Amino acid sequence: MAYNCVVMVKQVPDTQKITGQAMNEDGTVNRAALPAIFNPEDLNALEMALQIKEKLGGKVTVVTMGLPTAANVLRDSLYRGADEAILITDRKAAASDTLATSYIIGCAVRKLDYDIVLCGRQAIDGDTAQVGPQLAEKLGITQITYVEELLGLEGKDILVQRNVGNGWQQVKAKLPVLLTVTGDANEPRVTAAKKLMKYKNARTSIEVSGEIKAENPHADEVELAELTERKCKQLDENGMLIKVWDLDFLEADLNWCGRSGSPTKVHRIQSVVLTAKESREVEPTTAGISDMVHELIKDKTIA
Amino acid sequence: MISVNREGEVWVFAEQHGGKIEDTPLELMSKARDLADTLGVKLAAVLLGDDVKPLSKKLIQFGADKVYLIENPLLEHYQTRTYSKVIYDLIHKHNPQIVLYGATIAGRDLAPQVASAAKAGLTADCTDLQIGQHEIASNGEVHENLLFQVRPAFGGNIIATIINYDRWPQMATVREGVMPMPTPDVSRSGKVIEEKARISKDDLVLEIIKEHQRQKKVDLKAARVIVAGGAGVGSKENFKMVWDLANSLGAAPGATRAAVDLGFIDHDHQIGQTGTTVRPSLYIAIGISGAIQHQAGMSDSQKIIAINNDPDAPIFQIAHYKIVGDLNDVVPNMTKAIKEKV
Ligand SMILES: Cc1cc2nc3c(=O)[nH]c(=O)nc-3n(C[C@H](O)[C@H](O)[C@H](O)COP(=O)(O)OP(=O)(O)OC[C@H]3O[C@@H](n4cnc5c(N)ncnc54)[C@H](O)[C@@H]3O)c2cc1C
Ligand SMILES: Cc1cc2nc3c(=O)[nH]c(=O)nc-3n(C[C@H](O)[C@H](O)[C@H](O)COP(=O)(O)OP(=O)(O)OC[C@H]3O[C@@H](n4cnc5c(N)ncnc54)[C@H](O)[C@@H]3O)c2cc1C
Repeated sequence: MAYNCVVMVKQVPDTQKITGQAMNEDGTVNRAALPAIFNPEDLNALEMALQIKEKLGGKVTVVTMGLPTAANVLRDSLYRGADEAILITDRKAAASDTLATSYIIGCAVRKLDYDIVLCGRQAIDGDTAQVGPQLAEKLGITQITYVEELLGLEGKDILVQRNVGNGWQQVKAKLPVLLTVTGDANEPRVTAAKKLMKYKNARTSIEVSGEIKAENPHADEVELAELTERKCKQLDENGMLIKVWDLDFLEADLNWCGRSGSPTKVHRIQSVVLTAKESREVEPTTAGISDMVHELIKDKTIA
Repeated sequence: MISVNREGEVWVFAEQHGGKIEDTPLELMSKARDLADTLGVKLAAVLLGDDVKPLSKKLIQFGADKVYLIENPLLEHYQTRTYSKVIYDLIHKHNPQIVLYGATIAGRDLAPQVASAAKAGLTADCTDLQIGQHEIASNGEVHENLLFQVRPAFGGNIIATIINYDRWPQMATVREGVMPMPTPDVSRSGKVIEEKARISKDDLVLEIIKEHQRQKKVDLKAARVIVAGGAGVGSKENFKMVWDLANSLGAAPGATRAAVDLGFIDHDHQIGQTGTTVRPSLYIAIGISGAIQHQAGMSDSQKIIAINNDPDAPIFQIAHYKIVGDLNDVVPNMTKAIKEKV
C-alpha cells in the first residue's frame, strides 16, 4: 500500500548565529539580520516521509507558510526528493501565533490527500513545539509527538517509538495520523545533484513575476502580466511551478488568521545579554574563598 | 471561544503517572498560589487518572484550595485524546482564568491540543509568571491583572513576555526545574470535587505496545546547587574533587561534553545544548572554558562561580564570582571552607 505524506516545513532565522539586533522594537523578528535556513527538525520529518515513499510508494508533498522567500526551503525539499511543494503566503497571515498558524495551515492540509502528516518537533525561532499538536486538533486526527523512530507501517496501522523523557514508548495507531519528529529520528539526506539540476528552475508565480519585471524594465503592466502568465503556464506543464495559496484560496475565516486570530500578544521583548549583572573577583586564597562561602550562606544561596 | 472571566480560578494540571505526581506541577504550585492570592481567587489542581484520589491530599498540602478529581479506568495511562477531552470539558464548565501545565513531554503534548480546541492562547515553556498590567499602544486601552508569561525564545537569545487579554483562559506551560519546590503544609485543608469524564473506549486511539523507563543516574534539573567539572579537571581520579565539593553542598555533579568524552563521568551528567538544561540557585564551574554550547545549558543559573586559571576564559563573562587560580588549590580549599561553615 502506498502512502501520501504531507510534510510541514518552516523557514527560520538561524538562531544559532545571532548577532546584534535580531528583533524589531515591536517584538517581531528582524529576519533580514539573520541567514534563513530550513528548520532542522523539519529535515528529519522530510527524511522520514521520503523513506516511507521509497519503501512503500506514495507521494511527498511539502507545505510551508511564510514570506515569499520561504520558497527556498520548498526548492530545497524538491532537491531532496519531495514531489510537490506549496507555499502559503498572505499579508493577512502575518503575526499569527501558533493557534492562528495551525488554523491556516490546517485549511491547506485539508485540501490535500494525506495518510500521514509530518511536522518537526519544534522550530528554532518560536521554540514552542505547539504547531504540530494544534494542527492535529484542527484536522481532528490522532497525534503522536516526539517520534524518534518509525517501526512499522502496514495497511492502516502505524507503529512508532516516541521519546517520553525518561525513556521511550512504542505506540500503535490507525491512520491518518500526525507525527512530530525529533532530531534523533534519522540522518537527513543531502540534496541530490540530479534533482538539483531538475528543480533549480522551479519557481513560485511571485518569483516569476519579479524576475520578469527585472528582465523587462521597459514593459508596461499589461505586458508584464502576460509574460508572467505565459512563463507560469510553461513551468506548470513541466512540473516546475511551486503552488502559491493565499487565504482567499484557502477560504480561511480571517477572524482566525493573523493578529486578530492570535490570542497571544507580545508585551515585551528583552534580549539576553550573556554577562553577569554583579560580578566580582574572588582571591584564590583561603580568606577570599572563606568570605565568598560566608556570603553565599548569608544570602541563603547555600543552606 | 471563552471570554474574560475575572472571577475565574487559577488551575494547575496535576500530571501523574502510575500514581506519582510529577515534580514540575508540584513546583508550579508555589507560583500558582502566589498568582491566586494576588488575584484573590481560588487555586485548584486538576487531577486525572484511575484510582488517584489519595493524591488529592498531597496537592492540598502543596497549596491547592480545591482538587478537581476525575477518575476513570480509561484515564489510567496518559493519552492525548482522552486527557485533552476531559480538560477541555472542565474548562468549559468552570471557566478558570489561568490554566498552567508543566512543560514535560506530556504537558507539551496535551496543552496545545486543549488550547486549539478552546481556541485559547498558549505560551510555551515559561520560566516565570507574574501578574501585571498592559496598555495597548494603539488605543491606550489598559488591561489589568493579566498573566505575564515570561519565556525564552529564539534559541535562548531573547526573553519574551507574552500576554493574552481578549481570549481566555490564559494558558502556559512552565519549564521543569525553574520554580522552587514548595514545602508541603500538612495542616492545610481543601475540597475535593469529583467530576465525570465524558469519554469512551473509542477515545483510546493509541495502543501502547511497549515501554521502557530509564532511570537517570542524576537528577540535575532538581538540584538547587550544581558543581560541574570540565576538561581542565584533568583526569577521572582528579574528578573526585568535584564529587567531594558536590557532596559537601548536597549538590549534583555536572560536567561538560569534553569531560564526558574524556571519560571523567557518565553522559547523564552532561550539561548544555546536547545535555541537560539547568538553572540552579548556584552553579560552580570548575576547569570549564565556557563554550556557547555549554552556556546554553547553564547560563540561567542564578549565581555562577567560575574557577579557571585562564583569566580570559569565556566562562568569566557570565560568572558572578570569578576565581582565577589553579583548581587543584581552590577546590579543596572551598570544600574545606564549606565543611567548616555548613
Ligand atoms: C519571541 C517569540 C515568542 C513566541 N511565543 C509564542 C507563544 O508562546 N505562543 C504562541 O502561540 N506563539 C508564540 N509565538 C509565535 C510563533 O512563534 C509563531 O506562531 C510561529 O509561526 C509558529 O510557532 P513556532 O515557531 O514555535 O513553531 P513550532 O510549534 O515549534 O513548530 C513545530 C513544527 O510545526 C511546523 N510549522 C511551524 N510553523 C510552520 C509554518 N509557518 N509553516 C509550516 N509548518 C510550520 C513545522 O513542522 C515545525 O517544525 C512566538 C513568537 C516569537 C517571535
Ligand atoms: C553541536 C555541539 C554540541 C555541543 N554540546 C555541548 C554540550 O551539551 N555541553 C558541553 O559542555 N559542550 C558541548 N559541546 C562542546 C563545546 O563546544 C566545548 O568543546 C566544551 O564545552 C568544552 O568543555 P570544557 O570547558 O570542559 O573544555 P575546554 O574548553 O578544554 O576547557 C578547559 C578549561 O579548563 C581550564 N583549566 C585547565 N587546567 C586548569 C587548572 N589547573 N585550573 C583551573 N583551570 C584549568 C582551561 O583554562 C580551560 O578554560 C558541543 C559542541 C558542539 C559542536
